[in-house]
Amino acid sequence: MYSTTGIEASNYVSTYNTAFYFIAGVSLLLLIGLTITMLYFVFRYNKKKNPVATQIEGNTFLEITWTVIPLVLALVMFSLGWSGWKSTTKPPKDAMNITVVARMWSFLFVYENGKQSPDLIVPVNTPVKINLVSLDVIHSLFIPDFRIKSDIIPGREKFMWFLPEIEGKYKIFCAEYCGLQHSYMHSTVNVMSKDKFKSWYAESAKAVTVAGNASPADIGEAIMRAQGCFACHTPDGTKLIGPSYFNLFGSQQTIIRDGKEMTVTVDPEYIKRCILQPNTDIVKGFPSTVMQSYRSTLSDNDILKIIEYLKTLNDK
Amino acid sequence: MSTQKNFEEPSYLEYKGKYKGIFSWILSTDHKRIAILYLFSLLTFFATGATLGLLMKLELIAPGKTIMTAQTYNAFFTLHGIIMIFAVVIPGLPAVFGNFLLPIMIGAKDVAFPRLNLLSWYFYVTGVTLVLISQFTGQGPPDTGWTFYAPYSFRTTGNMLPAVFGAFVLGFSSILTGLNFLVTIHRMRAPGMTWLKMPLFPWTLYATGWVQLLATPIIGITLLMIIAERTLHIGFFDPTLGGDPLLYQHLFWTYSHPAVYIMILPAMGAISEIIPTFCHKTIFGYNFIVASSIAIAFVGYFIWGHHMFTSGMSGTAQYVFSLLTFIVAIPSAIKVFNWIATMHKASIDLQTPFYWAVGFLFVFMIGGFSGLILGSLATDIHLHNTHFVVAHFHFIVFGGTGFAFFGAMHYWFPKITGKMYDSRWANTGLIIFFSGFITLYGEMFFLGMKGMPRRYYDYDEIFHTGNIFSSLGAVVMYFGLAVIIINLISSLRNGAKAPSDPWGGKTLEWTIPSPPPVENFEEIPVITKGPYNYK
Ligand code: HEC
Ligand code: HEM
Ligand SMILES: [Cu+2]
Ligand SMILES: [Cu+2]
Repeated sequence: MYSTTGIEASNYVSTYNTAFYFIAGVSLLLLIGLTITMLYFVFRYNKKKNPVATQIEGNTFLEITWTVIPLVLALVMFSLGWSGWKSTTKPPKDAMNITVVARMWSFLFVYENGKQSPDLIVPVNTPVKINLVSLDVIHSLFIPDFRIKSDIIPGREKFMWFLPEIEGKYKIFCAEYCGLQHSYMHSTVNVMSKDKFKSWYAESAKAVTVAGNASPADIGEAIMRAQGCFACHTPDGTKLIGPSYFNLFGSQQTIIRDGKEMTVTVDPEYIKRCILQPNTDIVKGFPSTVMQSYRSTLSDNDILKIIEYLKTLNDK
Repeated sequence: MSTQKNFEEPSYLEYKGKYKGIFSWILSTDHKRIAILYLFSLLTFFATGATLGLLMKLELIAPGKTIMTAQTYNAFFTLHGIIMIFAVVIPGLPAVFGNFLLPIMIGAKDVAFPRLNLLSWYFYVTGVTLVLISQFTGQGPPDTGWTFYAPYSFRTTGNMLPAVFGAFVLGFSSILTGLNFLVTIHRMRAPGMTWLKMPLFPWTLYATGWVQLLATPIIGITLLMIIAERTLHIGFFDPTLGGDPLLYQHLFWTYSHPAVYIMILPAMGAISEIIPTFCHKTIFGYNFIVASSIAIAFVGYFIWGHHMFTSGMSGTAQYVFSLLTFIVAIPSAIKVFNWIATMHKASIDLQTPFYWAVGFLFVFMIGGFSGLILGSLATDIHLHNTHFVVAHFHFIVFGGTGFAFFGAMHYWFPKITGKMYDSRWANTGLIIFFSGFITLYGEMFFLGMKGMPRRYYDYDEIFHTGNIFSSLGAVVMYFGLAVIIINLISSLRNGAKAPSDPWGGKTLEWTIPSPPPVENFEEIPVITKGPYNYK
C-alpha cells in the first residue's frame, strides 16, 4: 500500500518533481558530456597517438563562458527549489490543526477535540497543519510520499503543513537521530475520505479504540501501545532502556530519590508518580533523564487502567 | 631528466640524528619524517574506520538484527564518523603530503616552525587516543553521531566527555598545521618564486590554512561549551536548562561546513599537480584555478545553513543559504573544466596516478551534482537526513578526498620512499575499488530518494533490495582497498629503485633525489619560470 514514487500524494510532490528532474536532468547531461569529453581526450591524446603535447596556457573567453553558463543554470536551479519550498511556510487559514507530541521513540497525534492517536489520521483534500512538539530531544517528522519533513525541536514552536491529495496509507519515519530506537520510531498517515474521517473523529474522544467488551487491563495495554511505553519497557522481563514490567507490581524496588538510595513498594501511588513525575524516583541502575512525564497525554483514569494491566504481568 | 646527482648528504630515511630507532621518528622535527608519522597513523585510523564501515554495511544487508545490536550500530557510526572526519580526511592531504612536499615544492628546507609541527602530531595522536578511550570507559561508548547534536548529546548515557574533548584536541592539531603552512608559504618561498609562480598544491594548502586557522576555533569553543554544559549545567544548548538547540547547530556547522573545504581543497591541489605531469603539458587556466581556490575558501564560510533547511530557520536565512550554496558550486565547476581542458592536445602518459585523477573527476562530479540537488530547498526537504545525503558526502569526501589521497600516494610514492611500485597490481586494485565504490554508494542515492533515513539500524522491507546491492559493493570495495595497500607495502621491499623524476614532473620535488636528502636542497634554487613549464 505504500507508494514511493510517482503518485501525487500531497501538494509538494509536483513542485519537488519539477526541481528534482530539472536539476538531476541538467546534471546528468553535464556529467555524461564531461565524462565523454574526458575519456575522448584520454584516448585521442595519449602518448602513443600524440607524442608531443601542444602547450596551451588558457583561454579567457572559454573561462568566461564556463563561468557564466553554469552560473545561469545554477540560478535557475535555485529559483525552482525556492519557489517549490515557499508554500511550505504559508499554511492556509482553514487548515485543520493537529499537534504531534514526539518523544523517544514514538509519535502521538493530538486533535483539537482531545482525541489522540499514534497514527496520523486525516481527511483527503483538506490542508493539515501540524504543530510540532517534542518532549525530549530533536526528532523529525518525515513523510517520504508527501516529500516533506520537518524537525521537531524541544522548546521551540514550529509547524509543518501539507495537503493530502490521495486516499491511502503512507509511512512516517523519524528522520533525526534520537537514540537507541531511532529506526523504530515510525508511524503511518492514514488519508481517509472526508466522511470516514468525520465518523472517526466523532467517536468518543478516547485515546484508543478497543473492542466494546475489552477489560480495563486490555484497555490499559492498548493505551500503553498508543503512548509508546513499549519502546523502553517490555512485559516479559527483557531489559531495554527502562526496567521491564514483568513481576513489577507489588515488588520491592530500589530507587534513588534526591540522591539517596531507598526501597519502596511498587503500589498504584508509586506507579502514578513514575508516569507523571518520572524524574522524582529513579530506579537504581537506570538513566534519569530518559523518560518524560505523561501529564499532558494521560488522565488519572488512563493510569488506573495501566495499573490494571501491569497487575496481569505477575506470574502467579 | 632523471640523472641522479651525487649528493653528499644522506637521504632523510638514512640520516642518523641525535636519536635512535623509533625515537629518531617520534622526536624528529624533519617535516618529511613527521609526514611519515602522519601517514602511518592516518592509515591505521583509516583501516579502523573502514572496518567499522564494512561491519555497518554487513548489518544493513538485511532488515532486523543481522550481526550487531542497535546500541552497537549507533556506537559504530559515531566512531566511524569521528575517526573518518577528524582523524582521517581533515588532517588528510595537508598533514601527510603537505608536510612532506610543501617545503620542497616552494624550495625551502623545512616548514617555518618545525617543533610546532611535531607538536601538532602529538596533539593529533592524543586527540584520537581520547576518542578511543571514550569507547572503553564510562557507561558505554558515545552514540550521538559525529555531529554531537544537542540536546541528545546531553541525554545519552554514552561517554561523551572524552570524545568531545578528543575532537577539541584534534582541532588544535589542525590549527597548528594551518598556521605553520601559512607562515611557511609567506616567508619561505625560494627566491624568484612569486605568488603566481607557486605550484597549485601549495596554493590550495594556503587557502586551506586560512580556513583551518579561522574556522577551527569556533568548533573548539563549541565543544568547550558542551563540556561546560555537561559538567557545570550552564544552559547553552539544552532547552531544559534554558538553552537553544539551534544555536548548537549553527555553531557546529559554522565550522563543519568550511571543514568540508579543508578536506577537499588540498585534494584539488593534488589533482592539479597530477594532471599536468602526466599530460606533459602546462595546466590550463592557472590563474583561474588559483582564484577559484580562494573563492571556495571564502564563500565556503557562508553556506553552513544548508545543513539546517528542515530545522526551522527564518525564511530569509533559508533562501540566502540556498543561493550561496549554488554560488559556491561555480568555482568547483571552473576547476573541473580547466582540468579537462588540460587534457586537450596533451600527450598523456597513462600511469596509475593519472587513472586516479580521472576517477576523481568522475566521482567528484557526481558528488557535486548531488550537492546541487541538496542545496535546492524543495528537494532538500525530502532528501535531508536520508541515505541520499550519506551517498552525497561519501562521493565528495571519500570519492573526492579519498581518490585524491590515493592518487597522491601513487604519485609521490617514488619520491617519498625511493621505490617504484607494481603498476599492474595498482591498476587492478583501483578497478576493483572503483566498482565497489560505485555499487556501495551509488545505490544509496536511490535508497534516499525512496525515503530511507540515515543512521537507521533497521529498515522497512521496501529498502531491502537496494541495501543488498550496497552491502555487496562494500565487500568488493574493501577487497580493492586491500589489493592497493598490500601492493604498496610489498613495493617497499621489492620495488625497483626510483629515479629522481620518474614521471617527468616539473615542480621542484622532482629536481632532488628520491628519497630526498635531509636538507632537501643542496642549494636553494632560484625560480625563473612558472611551475608547469614544458616548453
Ligand atoms: C524513552 C523511554 C521510556 C518511555 C517511552 C517510557 N519509559 Fe517508563 N521508564 C524509562 C526509564 C529509563 C525508567 C527508569 C528510570 C526512572 O525510574 O525514571 C522508567 C521507569 C518507569 C517506571 C518505574 C519502573 C520500576 O521498575 O520501578 C514505570 C512504572 C514506568 N516507567 C512506566 C512507563 C509508562 C506507563 C510509560 C508509557 C506511558 C513509559 N514508562 C514510557 C523509560 C521510558
Ligand atoms: C571504507 C569504507 C566506508 C564504508 C563501508 C562506509 C560506510 C558508512 C556507513 C554504513 C555509514 C552509516 C550510514 C547511516 O546509517 O547513516 C557511514 C557514515 C559515515 N561515513 Fe562512512 N564509510 C566508509 C568510508 C568513509 C570515509 C572515507 C569517510 C570520510 C569522510 C566516511 C565518513 C562518514 C561519515 C561522516 C558518516 C556519518 C556518521 C554519522 O552519521 O554520524 N566514511 N559510512
Ligand atoms: Cu525521533
Ligand atoms: Cu529519530
